[in-house]
Amino acid sequence: MTLAPDTFAFVADLVRRRSAIQLEPGKEYLVESRLLPLARTAGLLDVDSYVRGIRAAPHPTTLEAVVEALTTNETSWFRDALPFRALVDHVVPEMLTATTSGMFAPQLRIWSAACSSGQEPYSIAMALADVLAPSRMKITATDLSDQMLERGRSGRYSQLEINRGLPAPMLVKHFTRAGADWEIAQPLRSAVTFQRHNLLDAPPVGGPFDVVFLRNVLIYFDLATKRDVLRRVQQAMRPGGFLLLGAAETTIGVDDGWERVSVGRSSVYRLAPRRAA
Amino acid sequence: MRALVIDDSRTMRRIIVGVLTALGFETVEAADGRQALDVLEQGIEVDLACIDWNMPVMNGLEFVVAVRERKDWRGVTLMMVTTESEHGQIVRALAAGAHEYMIKPFTPDAVKEKLQLLGLVEIEELV
Repeated sequence: MTLAPDTFAFVADLVRRRSAIQLEPGKEYLVESRLLPLARTAGLLDVDSYVRGIRAAPHPTTLEAVVEALTTNETSWFRDALPFRALVDHVVPEMLTATTSGMFAPQLRIWSAACSSGQEPYSIAMALADVLAPSRMKITATDLSDQMLERGRSGRYSQLEINRGLPAPMLVKHFTRAGADWEIAQPLRSAVTFQRHNLLDAPPVGGPFDVVFLRNVLIYFDLATKRDVLRRVQQAMRPGGFLLLGAAETTIGVDDGWERVSVGRSSVYRLAPRRAA
Repeated sequence: MRALVIDDSRTMRRIIVGVLTALGFETVEAADGRQALDVLEQGIEVDLACIDWNMPVMNGLEFVVAVRERKDWRGVTLMMVTTESEHGQIVRALAAGAHEYMIKPFTPDAVKEKLQLLGLVEIEELV
């Protein structure tokens, strides 16, 4: 079954206005697969009828549910591994050195933007736990979806989620069993604060940030929105702070206010000196 | 890369072999720890062993202990793949020398991510 063009256009426009995420033509399958469960829950057989109903009688809760269904991503622990190594091997040592010269606050402030169900901020906390006491890290985790934020705050993950990229030594060190689920230990949970935030709004509270994780987010945006988001991220950061992007993302050709620093097999970005004053 | 898939369930071996083959591994199968040791003793070199815990003749934990006693088998990465999911059991397996632990059921992506952690599968440069 194929999605009607006007269904796709309506959903793409809604998602773009609410989240700035660009659903390009060709993403019809994504709309169909993400919205079909909502349609079925509403007692309808297909996504076209569901969307027709929404358009005839838009309701804030329903619109919110549609946006949520299309903006939440599958997520794993230590996704792509390399950024977390870059954080521990390069970013933290450099910041700790800078701390002694009075440049950085004793607490490392990190923003995990578009954190989904919390695997990224908790992975950051686990990676840092080997080199930094939890009281010295303040991780601000933000997402557009209330449902995802609630999951993150709960700190509870199913067995299937735990299998996704979490090293077994980290599991036994930082999690306990909670019925059929696993729950992350309190010291790390208290290092992470979740708050609702749209990347096109003013920066979240908790900054200015020494490190920003903005991974696998820019890929969904058009060029103008990428620039806008990067400019806002820049305003949320401390001079000399580090930005970590997804493997397929770069600031090059988007915003020349950043310089790329190679760390092992990955790259991190810093505000270019002329802009970091 | 070659993987030794150790499970007394033929169905489970077939599933694991399917996932590993898709990731570019050659595979050898064994139905218990003893058979798996026989494979290694024949001099067949393996990079990875996926090991069920509960099996007849020799269980997975005994196999892990036996492999870790042999210096010439140090290059074998040991990953438990089991329904045993208690915190204490994972600790026991790691203490015995297992490198990773995967709890059944799992998805093919989960296997890939574990093998990336272990450095046996490349981390893609592109998402």
